[in-house]
Amino acid sequence: MKRKTFETSVTHVALVTLSCLFIFPFLWLLDTAVKPISETMKQPPVWIPSKFEFGNFWEAINYGSDKVGYIPFLVYAENTVMLAMLVVTGTVVSNAIVAYSFARVRWWGRDLIFAVTLATMMVPFPVMMVPTFTIFKYLGWIGTYRPLWVPAWFGSAFSIFLLRQFFKTIPFELSEAAKIDGAGEWTIFRSIILPLSKPALSVVALFAFMGTWNDFMGPLIYLLRQETFTLSLGLEFYHSKAGGTQWNLLMAATSIVILPVLVVFFFCQRQFIKGISITGIK
Amino acid sequence: MMRRKEARAGFLFALPWLFGLVAFMFYPLLMSLYYSFCDYSALRSPVWVGGDNYVELFHDEVFWTCVKNTLIYACVSLPLSMVVAIGLAMLLNTNVKGMTVYRTIFFIPSLVPMVSLAMLWLWILNGDYGVLNTALGAIGIKGPNWLSDVAWTKPALILMSVWGVGNAMLIYLASLQDVPTSLLEASELDGANAWQKTRNVTLPMISPVIQFNMVMGIIGSLQVFAIPFVMFPGGTPARSTYFYATYLYDSAFTYSRMGYASAMGWILFVVILLLTLVALKLSNRHVHYGGV
Repeated sequence: MKRKTFETSVTHVALVTLSCLFIFPFLWLLDTAVKPISETMKQPPVWIPSKFEFGNFWEAINYGSDKVGYIPFLVYAENTVMLAMLVVTGTVVSNAIVAYSFARVRWWGRDLIFAVTLATMMVPFPVMMVPTFTIFKYLGWIGTYRPLWVPAWFGSAFSIFLLRQFFKTIPFELSEAAKIDGAGEWTIFRSIILPLSKPALSVVALFAFMGTWNDFMGPLIYLLRQETFTLSLGLEFYHSKAGGTQWNLLMAATSIVILPVLVVFFFCQRQFIKGISITGIK
Repeated sequence: MMRRKEARAGFLFALPWLFGLVAFMFYPLLMSLYYSFCDYSALRSPVWVGGDNYVELFHDEVFWTCVKNTLIYACVSLPLSMVVAIGLAMLLNTNVKGMTVYRTIFFIPSLVPMVSLAMLWLWILNGDYGVLNTALGAIGIKGPNWLSDVAWTKPALILMSVWGVGNAMLIYLASLQDVPTSLLEASELDGANAWQKTRNVTLPMISPVIQFNMVMGIIGSLQVFAIPFVMFPGGTPARSTYFYATYLYDSAFTYSRMGYASAMGWILFVVILLLTLVALKLSNRHVHYGGV
Protein backbone atom coordinates (compact mmCIF):
# COMPACT_ATOMS: atom_id res chain seq x y z
CA MET A 1 0.00 0.00 0.00
CA LYS A 2 2.95 2.30 0.78
CA ARG A 3 4.18 1.87 -2.79
CA LYS A 4 0.79 2.90 -4.18
CA THR A 5 0.75 6.21 -2.29
CA PHE A 6 4.28 6.89 -3.45
CA GLU A 7 3.28 6.25 -7.05
CA THR A 8 0.25 8.50 -6.79
CA SER A 9 2.25 11.37 -5.40
CA VAL A 10 4.84 11.02 -8.16
CA THR A 11 2.02 11.11 -10.71
CA HIS A 12 0.60 14.19 -9.05
CA VAL A 13 3.88 16.03 -9.07
CA ALA A 14 4.43 15.13 -12.72
CA LEU A 15 0.93 16.26 -13.68
CA VAL A 16 1.18 19.56 -11.86
CA THR A 17 4.61 20.33 -13.35
CA LEU A 18 3.52 19.46 -16.87
CA SER A 19 0.26 21.39 -16.53
CA CYS A 20 2.23 24.46 -15.55
CA LEU A 21 4.41 24.07 -18.65
CA PHE A 22 1.36 23.64 -20.87
CA ILE A 23 -0.69 26.46 -19.42
CA PHE A 24 2.11 28.96 -18.98
CA PRO A 25 2.10 30.35 -22.56
CA PHE A 26 -1.59 31.20 -22.15
CA LEU A 27 -1.06 32.89 -18.80
CA TRP A 28 1.73 34.88 -20.35
CA LEU A 29 -0.59 35.80 -23.22
CA LEU A 30 -3.21 37.17 -20.84
CA ASP A 31 -0.58 38.81 -18.68
CA THR A 32 0.91 40.64 -21.65
CA ALA A 33 -2.54 41.58 -22.93
CA VAL A 34 -3.31 43.67 -19.85
CA LYS A 35 0.08 45.34 -19.49
CA PRO A 36 0.91 48.94 -20.30
CA ILE A 37 3.14 49.02 -23.40
CA SER A 38 6.18 50.20 -21.45
CA GLU A 39 6.12 47.09 -19.26
CA THR A 40 6.09 44.67 -22.18
CA MET A 41 9.58 45.76 -23.10
CA LYS A 42 11.50 45.28 -19.89
CA GLN A 43 14.27 42.90 -19.23
CA PRO A 44 13.88 41.03 -16.89
CA PRO A 45 10.17 40.85 -17.69
CA VAL A 46 7.55 42.37 -15.45
CA TRP A 47 5.56 39.39 -14.14
CA ILE A 48 2.67 41.26 -12.62
CA PRO A 49 1.62 44.46 -14.36
CA SER A 50 1.75 47.54 -12.16
CA LYS A 51 -1.62 48.49 -13.58
CA PHE A 52 -4.16 46.22 -15.25
CA GLU A 53 -4.91 47.89 -18.56
CA PHE A 54 -8.18 46.24 -19.53
CA GLY A 55 -8.57 49.04 -22.03
CA ASN A 56 -6.01 47.18 -24.18
CA PHE A 57 -8.76 44.87 -25.42
CA TRP A 58 -10.84 47.80 -26.49
CA GLU A 59 -7.85 49.42 -28.12
CA ALA A 60 -6.96 46.20 -29.93
CA ILE A 61 -10.46 46.00 -31.38
CA ASN A 62 -10.34 49.60 -32.54
CA TYR A 63 -6.73 49.56 -33.59
CA GLY A 64 -5.94 52.53 -35.75
CA SER A 65 -9.56 53.45 -36.42
CA ASP A 66 -8.35 57.03 -36.87
CA LYS A 67 -5.23 56.07 -38.83
CA VAL A 68 -4.40 54.72 -42.28
CA GLY A 69 -3.40 51.32 -40.97
CA TYR A 70 -6.89 50.73 -39.61
CA ILE A 71 -7.72 47.13 -38.84
CA PRO A 72 -11.46 46.46 -38.83
CA PHE A 73 -11.41 43.85 -36.11
CA LEU A 74 -15.17 43.80 -35.60
CA VAL A 75 -15.72 43.37 -39.32
CA TYR A 76 -13.41 40.35 -39.27
CA ALA A 77 -15.34 38.94 -36.35
CA GLU A 78 -18.64 39.44 -38.14
CA ASN A 79 -17.28 37.83 -41.33
CA THR A 80 -16.00 34.84 -39.40
CA VAL A 81 -19.27 34.30 -37.54
CA MET A 82 -21.29 34.53 -40.72
CA LEU A 83 -19.00 32.14 -42.55
CA ALA A 84 -19.00 29.71 -39.64
CA MET A 85 -22.79 29.69 -39.57
CA LEU A 86 -23.01 28.86 -43.27
CA VAL A 87 -20.42 26.11 -42.94
CA VAL A 88 -21.94 24.61 -39.79
CA THR A 89 -25.45 24.53 -41.25
CA GLY A 90 -24.22 23.03 -44.50
CA THR A 91 -22.06 20.45 -42.79
CA VAL A 92 -24.81 19.24 -40.47
CA VAL A 93 -27.55 19.12 -43.11
CA SER A 94 -25.59 17.50 -45.92
CA ASN A 95 -23.63 15.02 -43.87
CA ALA A 96 -26.65 13.86 -41.92
CA ILE A 97 -28.50 13.08 -45.14
CA VAL A 98 -25.53 11.38 -46.77
CA ALA A 99 -24.55 9.42 -43.67
CA TYR A 100 -28.13 8.18 -43.34
CA SER A 101 -27.85 6.73 -46.79
CA PHE A 102 -24.55 5.01 -46.00
CA ALA A 103 -25.71 3.73 -42.63
CA ARG A 104 -29.31 2.63 -43.11
CA VAL A 105 -30.34 2.33 -46.73
CA ARG A 106 -29.27 -0.53 -48.94
CA TRP A 107 -28.19 0.38 -52.43
CA TRP A 108 -25.88 -1.05 -55.00
CA GLY A 109 -22.25 0.07 -54.66
CA ARG A 110 -22.79 1.67 -51.28
CA ASP A 111 -20.02 -0.05 -49.37
CA LEU A 112 -17.52 0.42 -52.17
CA ILE A 113 -18.22 4.15 -52.29
CA PHE A 114 -17.97 4.34 -48.52
CA ALA A 115 -14.54 2.69 -48.64
CA VAL A 116 -13.48 5.20 -51.29
CA THR A 117 -14.82 7.98 -49.07
CA LEU A 118 -12.64 6.84 -46.18
CA ALA A 119 -9.61 6.60 -48.45
CA THR A 120 -10.04 10.21 -49.57
CA MET A 121 -9.23 11.35 -46.03
CA MET A 122 -5.61 10.53 -46.85
CA VAL A 123 -5.39 12.86 -49.84
CA PRO A 124 -3.32 15.90 -48.85
CA PHE A 125 -5.02 19.21 -49.54
CA PRO A 126 -2.02 20.78 -51.37
CA VAL A 127 -2.39 18.33 -54.24
CA MET A 128 -5.88 19.63 -54.96
CA MET A 129 -5.18 23.26 -54.23
CA VAL A 130 -4.55 24.44 -57.78
CA PRO A 131 -7.45 22.71 -59.57
CA THR A 132 -9.88 23.67 -56.80
CA PHE A 133 -8.74 27.25 -57.18
CA THR A 134 -9.21 26.96 -60.94
CA ILE A 135 -12.77 25.70 -60.53
CA PHE A 136 -13.72 28.62 -58.31
CA LYS A 137 -11.94 31.04 -60.58
CA TYR A 138 -13.92 29.71 -63.52
CA LEU A 139 -17.10 30.27 -61.51
CA GLY A 140 -15.97 33.81 -60.71
CA TRP A 141 -16.01 33.08 -56.97
CA ILE A 142 -12.49 34.27 -56.07
CA GLY A 143 -12.71 37.06 -53.52
CA THR A 144 -16.10 35.85 -52.27
CA TYR A 145 -16.91 33.52 -49.38
CA ARG A 146 -18.44 30.89 -51.64
CA PRO A 147 -15.30 28.74 -52.09
CA LEU A 148 -15.15 28.56 -48.30
CA TRP A 149 -18.70 27.46 -47.56
CA VAL A 150 -20.31 25.95 -50.66
CA PRO A 151 -18.22 22.74 -50.54
CA ALA A 152 -19.42 22.21 -46.96
CA TRP A 153 -22.92 21.64 -48.33
CA PHE A 154 -21.74 18.60 -50.31
CA GLY A 155 -20.52 16.57 -47.38
CA SER A 156 -17.10 15.73 -46.00
CA ALA A 157 -15.57 12.31 -45.53
CA PHE A 158 -14.79 12.72 -41.86
CA SER A 159 -18.28 13.88 -40.85
CA ILE A 160 -19.94 11.19 -42.94
CA PHE A 161 -17.80 8.59 -41.20
CA LEU A 162 -18.58 9.95 -37.76
CA LEU A 163 -22.33 10.18 -38.30
CA ARG A 164 -22.55 6.83 -40.05
CA GLN A 165 -20.95 5.11 -37.05
CA PHE A 166 -23.55 6.72 -34.83
CA PHE A 167 -26.57 6.07 -37.05
CA LYS A 168 -25.64 2.40 -37.19
CA THR A 169 -26.12 2.09 -33.44
CA ILE A 170 -29.80 3.07 -33.62
CA PRO A 171 -31.92 -0.12 -33.56
CA PHE A 172 -33.08 -1.10 -37.04
CA GLU A 173 -36.40 -2.33 -35.63
CA LEU A 174 -37.44 1.31 -35.33
CA SER A 175 -37.07 1.78 -39.07
CA GLU A 176 -38.80 -1.52 -39.84
CA ALA A 177 -41.77 -0.61 -37.69
CA ALA A 178 -42.08 2.77 -39.36
CA LYS A 179 -41.88 1.15 -42.79
CA ILE A 180 -44.76 -1.16 -41.93
CA ASP A 181 -46.72 1.95 -41.06
CA GLY A 182 -45.98 3.18 -44.57
CA ALA A 183 -43.24 5.71 -43.80
CA GLY A 184 -40.71 6.48 -46.54
CA GLU A 185 -36.99 6.92 -46.02
CA TRP A 186 -37.26 10.69 -45.69
CA THR A 187 -39.90 10.41 -42.96
CA ILE A 188 -37.83 7.85 -41.08
CA PHE A 189 -34.79 10.07 -41.36
CA ARG A 190 -36.61 13.19 -40.22
CA SER A 191 -38.79 11.84 -37.44
CA ILE A 192 -36.81 8.90 -36.06
CA ILE A 193 -33.11 9.16 -36.82
CA LEU A 194 -32.52 12.89 -36.52
CA PRO A 195 -34.18 13.36 -33.11
CA LEU A 196 -32.15 10.44 -31.74
CA SER A 197 -28.86 11.72 -33.12
CA LYS A 198 -28.54 15.09 -31.46
CA PRO A 199 -25.29 14.23 -29.63
CA ALA A 200 -23.55 13.08 -32.83
CA LEU A 201 -24.90 16.02 -34.81
CA SER A 202 -23.60 18.46 -32.24
CA VAL A 203 -20.15 16.86 -32.43
CA VAL A 204 -20.14 17.39 -36.18
CA ALA A 205 -21.38 20.97 -35.78
CA LEU A 206 -18.70 21.62 -33.20
CA PHE A 207 -15.89 20.38 -35.41
CA ALA A 208 -17.23 22.37 -38.34
CA PHE A 209 -17.31 25.51 -36.21
CA MET A 210 -13.79 25.00 -34.93
CA GLY A 211 -12.53 24.17 -38.39
CA THR A 212 -13.91 27.37 -39.85
CA TRP A 213 -12.84 29.56 -36.96
CA ASN A 214 -9.29 28.21 -37.11
CA ASP A 215 -8.93 27.91 -40.88
CA PHE A 216 -6.08 29.96 -42.26
CA MET A 217 -5.16 28.52 -45.65
CA GLY A 218 -8.66 28.70 -47.15
CA PRO A 219 -9.22 32.42 -46.47
CA LEU A 220 -5.60 33.09 -47.42
CA ILE A 221 -6.17 31.62 -50.87
CA TYR A 222 -9.67 32.85 -51.63
CA LEU A 223 -10.18 36.19 -49.88
CA LEU A 224 -8.63 39.22 -51.50
CA ARG A 225 -9.98 42.38 -49.94
CA GLN A 226 -9.15 43.26 -46.36
CA GLU A 227 -12.74 44.02 -45.38
CA THR A 228 -13.71 40.43 -46.23
CA PHE A 229 -11.00 38.77 -44.10
CA THR A 230 -11.72 36.35 -41.29
CA LEU A 231 -10.21 36.68 -37.84
CA SER A 232 -7.46 34.12 -38.44
CA LEU A 233 -6.33 35.91 -41.56
CA GLY A 234 -6.88 39.34 -40.06
CA LEU A 235 -4.74 38.54 -37.07
CA GLU A 236 -1.79 37.91 -39.34
CA PHE A 237 -2.47 41.24 -40.98
CA TYR A 238 -2.56 42.79 -37.56
CA HIS A 239 0.89 41.50 -36.85
CA SER A 240 2.45 42.74 -40.07
CA LYS A 241 0.70 46.09 -39.93
CA ALA A 242 1.13 47.09 -36.33
CA GLY A 243 4.70 47.97 -37.24
CA GLY A 244 7.20 47.88 -34.39
CA THR A 245 4.76 45.41 -32.93
CA GLN A 246 2.82 46.60 -29.92
CA TRP A 247 2.92 43.28 -28.18
CA ASN A 248 0.34 44.10 -25.57
CA LEU A 249 -2.25 44.97 -28.23
CA LEU A 250 -1.31 42.02 -30.40
CA MET A 251 -1.70 39.69 -27.42
CA ALA A 252 -5.03 41.31 -26.56
CA ALA A 253 -6.22 40.73 -30.13
CA THR A 254 -4.95 37.16 -30.00
CA SER A 255 -6.84 36.52 -26.75
CA ILE A 256 -10.03 37.77 -28.34
CA VAL A 257 -9.60 35.35 -31.25
CA ILE A 258 -8.94 32.44 -28.90
CA LEU A 259 -11.75 33.21 -26.47
CA PRO A 260 -14.79 31.94 -28.44
CA VAL A 261 -13.04 28.63 -29.09
CA LEU A 262 -12.38 28.16 -25.38
CA VAL A 263 -15.95 29.10 -24.44
CA VAL A 264 -17.38 26.63 -26.94
CA PHE A 265 -15.02 23.97 -25.68
CA PHE A 266 -15.93 24.46 -22.03
CA PHE A 267 -19.62 24.16 -22.76
CA CYS A 268 -19.29 21.12 -25.00
CA GLN A 269 -16.37 19.26 -23.43
CA ARG A 270 -18.12 15.93 -23.31
CA GLN A 271 -19.24 15.90 -26.94
CA PHE A 272 -15.81 17.04 -27.95
CA ILE A 273 -13.89 14.32 -26.25
CA LYS A 274 -16.38 11.75 -27.45
CA GLY A 275 -16.01 12.96 -31.01
CA ILE A 276 -12.25 12.86 -30.89
CA SER A 277 -12.14 9.42 -29.40
CA ILE A 278 -14.44 8.16 -32.17
CA THR A 279 -11.76 9.29 -34.63
CA GLY A 280 -9.37 6.75 -33.21
CA ILE A 281 -11.73 3.83 -33.64
CA LYS A 282 -11.01 2.12 -36.89
CA MET B 1 -40.08 -3.51 -56.04
CA MET B 2 -39.46 -2.48 -52.43
CA ARG B 3 -35.72 -2.99 -52.86
CA ARG B 4 -35.54 -0.87 -55.95
CA LYS B 5 -37.44 1.95 -54.28
CA GLU B 6 -35.08 1.78 -51.33
CA ALA B 7 -32.03 1.80 -53.56
CA ARG B 8 -33.31 4.84 -55.37
CA ALA B 9 -33.89 6.69 -52.11
CA GLY B 10 -30.43 5.71 -50.89
CA PHE B 11 -28.83 6.97 -54.05
CA LEU B 12 -30.76 10.25 -53.85
CA PHE B 13 -29.67 10.75 -50.24
CA ALA B 14 -26.06 10.14 -51.15
CA LEU B 15 -26.24 12.41 -54.17
CA PRO B 16 -24.78 15.56 -52.55
CA TRP B 17 -21.70 13.63 -51.52
CA LEU B 18 -21.40 11.79 -54.84
CA PHE B 19 -21.35 15.18 -56.49
CA GLY B 20 -18.91 16.53 -53.91
CA LEU B 21 -16.67 13.51 -54.31
CA VAL B 22 -16.46 14.04 -58.06
CA ALA B 23 -16.33 17.86 -58.08
CA PHE B 24 -14.06 18.48 -55.11
CA MET B 25 -11.99 15.31 -55.03
CA PHE B 26 -11.70 13.21 -58.20
CA TYR B 27 -11.80 16.06 -60.67
CA PRO B 28 -9.19 18.20 -58.83
CA LEU B 29 -7.00 15.15 -58.34
CA LEU B 30 -7.00 14.29 -62.03
CA MET B 31 -6.70 17.88 -63.15
CA SER B 32 -3.72 18.49 -60.92
CA LEU B 33 -2.05 15.45 -62.48
CA TYR B 34 -2.72 16.98 -65.89
CA TYR B 35 -1.56 20.47 -64.80
CA SER B 36 1.62 18.95 -63.41
CA PHE B 37 2.61 18.25 -67.03
CA CYS B 38 1.70 21.77 -68.12
CA ASP B 39 3.07 25.25 -68.06
CA TYR B 40 0.17 26.93 -66.37
CA SER B 41 0.02 30.41 -64.89
CA ALA B 42 -3.11 31.95 -63.47
CA LEU B 43 -3.40 34.24 -66.48
CA ARG B 44 -2.90 31.80 -69.35
CA SER B 45 -4.47 28.45 -70.07
CA PRO B 46 -2.32 25.37 -69.46
CA VAL B 47 0.15 24.37 -72.18
CA TRP B 48 1.42 20.80 -72.27
CA VAL B 49 5.15 20.62 -71.57
CA GLY B 50 5.57 16.94 -70.71
CA GLY B 51 7.78 16.15 -67.74
CA ASP B 52 9.49 19.55 -67.67
CA ASN B 53 8.10 20.52 -64.28
CA TYR B 54 9.37 17.31 -62.71
CA VAL B 55 12.77 17.69 -64.32
CA GLU B 56 12.99 21.27 -63.12
CA LEU B 57 11.96 20.28 -59.61
CA PHE B 58 14.72 17.72 -59.57
CA HIS B 59 17.24 20.47 -60.24
CA ASP B 60 15.57 23.08 -58.04
CA GLU B 61 17.73 23.80 -55.03
CA VAL B 62 14.88 25.44 -53.11
CA PHE B 63 12.75 22.35 -53.63
CA TRP B 64 15.39 20.13 -52.07
CA THR B 65 15.86 22.55 -49.19
CA CYS B 66 12.15 22.34 -48.49
CA VAL B 67 12.19 18.56 -48.74
CA LYS B 68 15.06 18.42 -46.30
CA ASN B 69 13.44 20.88 -43.87
CA THR B 70 10.14 19.04 -43.98
CA LEU B 71 11.76 15.65 -43.43
CA ILE B 72 13.84 16.90 -40.51
CA TYR B 73 10.78 18.48 -38.96
CA ALA B 74 8.64 15.37 -39.44
CA CYS B 75 11.29 12.91 -38.30
CA VAL B 76 11.87 14.70 -35.00
CA SER B 77 8.48 16.13 -34.24
CA LEU B 78 6.46 13.00 -34.98
CA PRO B 79 8.22 10.49 -32.69
CA LEU B 80 8.63 13.11 -29.98
CA SER B 81 4.96 14.07 -30.12
CA MET B 82 3.93 10.43 -30.04
CA VAL B 83 5.99 9.72 -26.93
CA VAL B 84 4.70 12.85 -25.18
CA ALA B 85 1.09 12.15 -26.15
CA ILE B 86 1.24 8.56 -24.89
CA GLY B 87 3.05 9.66 -21.75
CA LEU B 88 0.49 12.33 -20.93
CA ALA B 89 -2.37 9.94 -21.64
CA MET B 90 -0.86 7.37 -19.28
CA LEU B 91 -0.43 9.95 -16.55
CA LEU B 92 -4.05 10.94 -16.96
CA ASN B 93 -5.23 7.36 -16.92
CA THR B 94 -4.26 6.85 -13.29
CA ASN B 95 -7.48 7.91 -11.59
CA VAL B 96 -5.91 10.96 -10.00
CA LYS B 97 -8.12 13.71 -8.66
CA GLY B 98 -8.82 16.62 -10.99
CA MET B 99 -8.32 14.55 -14.11
CA THR B 100 -10.74 16.68 -16.17
CA VAL B 101 -8.83 19.83 -15.29
CA TYR B 102 -5.48 18.36 -16.35
CA ARG B 103 -7.03 16.92 -19.47
CA THR B 104 -8.38 20.32 -20.43
CA ILE B 105 -5.05 22.02 -19.81
CA PHE B 106 -3.17 19.57 -22.01
CA PHE B 107 -5.81 19.78 -24.70
CA ILE B 108 -6.23 23.55 -25.01
CA PRO B 109 -3.11 24.20 -27.15
CA SER B 110 -4.40 21.96 -29.92
CA LEU B 111 -7.76 23.68 -29.81
CA VAL B 112 -6.95 27.28 -30.58
CA PRO B 113 -6.34 28.79 -34.03
CA MET B 114 -2.88 28.16 -35.45
CA VAL B 115 -2.40 31.81 -36.29
CA SER B 116 -2.95 32.82 -32.67
CA LEU B 117 -0.50 30.15 -31.57
CA ALA B 118 2.01 31.56 -34.00
CA MET B 119 1.52 35.07 -32.59
CA LEU B 120 1.78 33.83 -29.03
CA TRP B 121 5.02 31.95 -29.70
CA LEU B 122 6.54 34.84 -31.62
CA TRP B 123 6.18 36.73 -28.39
CA ILE B 124 7.41 33.96 -26.11
CA LEU B 125 10.45 33.27 -28.29
CA ASN B 126 11.11 36.95 -29.00
CA GLY B 127 14.81 37.72 -29.17
CA ASP B 128 14.79 40.77 -26.91
CA TYR B 129 11.98 40.27 -24.46
CA GLY B 130 11.15 36.57 -24.90
CA VAL B 131 10.02 34.99 -21.67
CA LEU B 132 11.36 31.53 -22.54
CA ASN B 133 14.95 32.71 -22.62
CA THR B 134 14.43 34.60 -19.37
CA ALA B 135 13.18 31.40 -17.81
CA LEU B 136 16.12 29.45 -19.20
CA GLY B 137 18.45 32.17 -17.94
CA ALA B 138 17.02 31.76 -14.46
CA ILE B 139 18.26 28.17 -14.39
CA GLY B 140 21.61 29.14 -15.83
CA ILE B 141 21.08 28.29 -19.49
CA LYS B 142 21.74 30.92 -22.10
CA GLY B 143 18.78 30.62 -24.48
CA PRO B 144 19.48 30.68 -28.22
CA ASN B 145 17.97 33.09 -30.72
CA TRP B 146 15.00 30.90 -31.50
CA LEU B 147 13.66 33.06 -34.30
CA SER B 148 16.82 34.16 -36.05
CA ASP B 149 19.43 31.45 -35.55
CA VAL B 150 19.32 28.95 -38.43
CA ALA B 151 20.15 26.11 -36.06
CA TRP B 152 17.27 26.90 -33.67
CA THR B 153 14.27 27.77 -35.82
CA LYS B 154 13.32 24.16 -36.46
CA PRO B 155 13.71 23.15 -32.80
CA ALA B 156 11.40 26.07 -31.98
CA LEU B 157 8.74 24.74 -34.35
CA ILE B 158 9.21 21.21 -33.04
CA LEU B 159 8.81 22.46 -29.49
CA MET B 160 5.53 24.08 -30.51
CA SER B 161 4.32 20.91 -32.18
CA VAL B 162 5.00 18.90 -29.04
CA TRP B 163 3.02 21.43 -27.08
CA GLY B 164 0.08 20.77 -29.41
CA VAL B 165 -0.29 17.02 -28.91
CA GLY B 166 -3.68 17.32 -27.20
CA ASN B 167 -5.69 15.73 -29.97
CA ALA B 168 -3.61 12.58 -30.16
CA MET B 169 -3.45 12.48 -26.37
CA LEU B 170 -7.25 12.33 -26.12
CA ILE B 171 -7.39 9.47 -28.60
CA TYR B 172 -4.77 7.56 -26.60
CA LEU B 173 -6.58 8.29 -23.37
CA ALA B 174 -9.83 6.91 -24.73
CA SER B 175 -8.10 3.72 -25.83
CA LEU B 176 -6.21 3.37 -22.55
CA GLN B 177 -9.50 3.46 -20.73
CA ASP B 178 -10.59 0.46 -22.78
CA VAL B 179 -7.65 -1.70 -21.68
CA PRO B 180 -9.28 -4.35 -19.48
CA THR B 181 -8.20 -3.98 -15.86
CA SER B 182 -8.36 -7.76 -15.50
CA LEU B 183 -5.32 -8.07 -17.77
CA LEU B 184 -3.37 -5.54 -15.75
CA GLU B 185 -4.34 -7.19 -12.49
CA ALA B 186 -3.36 -10.59 -13.81
CA SER B 187 0.09 -9.37 -14.77
CA GLU B 188 0.41 -7.68 -11.39
CA LEU B 189 -0.30 -11.01 -9.72
CA ASP B 190 2.45 -12.51 -11.85
CA GLY B 191 4.79 -9.96 -10.27
CA ALA B 192 5.14 -7.53 -13.20
CA ASN B 193 6.37 -4.08 -12.29
CA ALA B 194 5.02 -0.83 -13.76
CA TRP B 195 7.39 -0.86 -16.74
CA GLN B 196 6.71 -4.51 -17.55
CA LYS B 197 2.97 -3.91 -17.35
CA THR B 198 3.28 -0.99 -19.75
CA ARG B 199 5.60 -2.82 -22.10
CA ASN B 200 3.78 -6.14 -22.22
CA VAL B 201 0.13 -5.30 -21.63
CA THR B 202 -0.77 -1.65 -22.13
CA LEU B 203 1.22 -0.81 -25.25
CA PRO B 204 0.24 -3.95 -27.18
CA MET B 205 -3.40 -3.34 -26.26
CA ILE B 206 -3.40 0.20 -27.63
CA SER B 207 -1.13 -0.57 -30.59
CA PRO B 208 -3.86 -0.18 -33.25
CA VAL B 209 -4.43 3.38 -32.00
CA ILE B 210 -0.70 4.08 -31.97
CA GLN B 211 -0.58 2.94 -35.57
CA PHE B 212 -3.57 5.13 -36.49
CA ASN B 213 -2.03 8.19 -34.84
CA MET B 214 1.28 7.49 -36.51
CA VAL B 215 -0.27 7.44 -39.97
CA MET B 216 -2.26 10.61 -39.27
CA GLY B 217 0.92 12.18 -37.89
CA ILE B 218 2.90 11.38 -41.05
CA ILE B 219 0.18 12.87 -43.24
CA GLY B 220 -0.13 15.95 -41.07
CA SER B 221 3.51 16.74 -40.39
CA LEU B 222 4.51 16.58 -44.07
CA GLN B 223 1.89 19.26 -44.75
CA VAL B 224 2.90 21.68 -42.01
CA PHE B 225 1.92 25.14 -43.22
CA ALA B 226 0.14 27.79 -41.17
CA ILE B 227 2.51 28.19 -38.23
CA PRO B 228 5.79 28.50 -40.18
CA PHE B 229 4.04 30.58 -42.82
CA VAL B 230 2.95 33.13 -40.24
CA MET B 231 5.97 33.02 -37.95
CA PHE B 232 8.68 32.94 -40.58
CA PRO B 233 7.54 34.78 -43.71
CA GLY B 234 9.44 33.41 -46.71
CA GLY B 235 11.05 30.71 -44.59
CA THR B 236 13.50 33.08 -42.93
CA PRO B 237 16.23 32.91 -41.76
CA ALA B 238 18.12 31.47 -44.72
CA ARG B 239 15.15 29.30 -45.76
CA SER B 240 15.61 27.21 -42.63
CA THR B 241 11.84 27.22 -42.09
CA TYR B 242 10.77 26.95 -45.70
CA PHE B 243 8.61 23.82 -45.82
CA TYR B 244 7.13 21.76 -48.60
CA ALA B 245 3.61 23.13 -48.34
CA THR B 246 4.88 26.70 -48.02
CA TYR B 247 6.92 26.41 -51.20
CA LEU B 248 3.99 24.77 -52.95
CA TYR B 249 1.72 27.62 -51.92
CA ASP B 250 4.27 30.22 -53.03
CA SER B 251 4.81 28.49 -56.36
CA ALA B 252 1.08 28.53 -57.04
CA PHE B 253 0.00 31.88 -55.70
CA THR B 254 3.10 34.04 -55.33
CA TYR B 255 4.96 33.04 -58.50
CA SER B 256 1.79 31.96 -60.29
CA ARG B 257 3.35 28.69 -61.41
CA MET B 258 0.33 26.46 -61.06
CA GLY B 259 1.74 23.57 -63.08
CA TYR B 260 4.91 23.51 -61.04
CA ALA B 261 2.88 23.58 -57.82
CA SER B 262 0.70 20.73 -59.08
CA ALA B 263 3.77 18.64 -59.76
CA MET B 264 4.87 19.28 -56.19
CA GLY B 265 1.41 18.32 -55.01
CA TRP B 266 1.51 15.00 -56.81
CA ILE B 267 4.96 14.19 -55.51
CA LEU B 268 3.70 14.86 -51.99
CA PHE B 269 0.63 12.71 -52.57
CA VAL B 270 2.65 9.76 -53.85
CA VAL B 271 5.21 10.10 -51.06
CA ILE B 272 2.45 10.16 -48.44
CA LEU B 273 0.84 7.08 -49.97
CA LEU B 274 4.14 5.18 -50.04
CA LEU B 275 5.15 6.23 -46.54
CA THR B 276 1.77 5.25 -45.17
CA LEU B 277 1.97 1.85 -46.81
CA VAL B 278 5.49 1.30 -45.53
CA ALA B 279 4.53 2.47 -42.05
CA LEU B 280 1.54 0.15 -42.00
CA LYS B 281 3.59 -2.76 -43.28
CA LEU B 282 6.43 -2.27 -40.80
CA SER B 283 4.20 -1.67 -37.84
CA ASN B 284 1.69 -4.40 -38.60
CA ARG B 285 3.99 -6.93 -37.01
CA HIS B 286 3.74 -5.07 -33.73
CA VAL B 287 0.08 -4.24 -33.87
CA HIS B 288 -2.06 -6.44 -31.79
CA TYR B 289 -5.79 -6.59 -32.34
CA GLY B 290 -6.80 -7.86 -28.96
CA GLY B 291 -10.06 -9.64 -28.31
CA VAL B 292 -11.65 -6.87 -26.28
